Amino acid sequence: MTITVKFFASLREQVGKTETQIEFSDSLTVNKIWQQVTANKVLPKHILVAVNQEYASQDTTVKEGDEVAFFPPVTGG
Amino acid sequence: MKIEITANAFNPWQQLQSYEKILNDKYAGVYGAANIFVGTMRNYNEGDTVQSLFLEHYAGMTENYLAKVSKIALERWEIIDTLIIHRVGEIHLGETIVLIATWSGHRQAAFESCRFLIEELKSHAPFWKRETLQNNSVRWVKG
Repeated sequence: MTITVKFFASLREQVGKTETQIEFSDSLTVNKIWQQVTANKVLPKHILVAVNQEYASQDTTVKEGDEVAFFPPVTGG
Repeated sequence: MKIEITANAFNPWQQLQSYEKILNDKYAGVYGAANIFVGTMRNYNEGDTVQSLFLEHYAGMTENYLAKVSKIALERWEIIDTLIIHRVGEIHLGETIVLIATWSGHRQAAFESCRFLIEELKSHAPFWKRETLQNNSVRWVKG
């Protein structure tokens, strides 16, 4: 199964990538995906998560074709 | 209901005038109150002089989120319509960052729903500001 992972703003600069695709065979949580793309770093509590462009949690399970995004607290307006 | 994310500078008062022309085709005489919030690029933040701002967003999710909260506002208050326009990209001093407007029969619903929209936008809509200070150093604004 393939999913797309996106990073935004300061987090994109820290991770060093805008977007990546990962392959996996079992069902994965958002937290596991973070560990896979950051070589097992702990997902900081203040980092926000979206799955398919809706806010989600670290425990959300993703499926084939999903888009997962990680980003810092928002600062619009 | 209108949601627009734009990389182009805009005049909020011209946008309001244009939007009210369309609104009045259907609702002239129906609304008695409009509440407007305009957020503008200022030259200071956290004790430093700021010379410009870059605004990033999550295309798709941002629009969806703003549409979701606009629908909530339309259900929660007796308002006739909502308008949100937000800039992205390079923004200079004095330029408008965000325009929010709500229209209702009486002022209370217009005030409260407009406040709700700007607070929801600021706390949850996926936008991020990166500012360039007077000494040309660059930093992300902390949320």
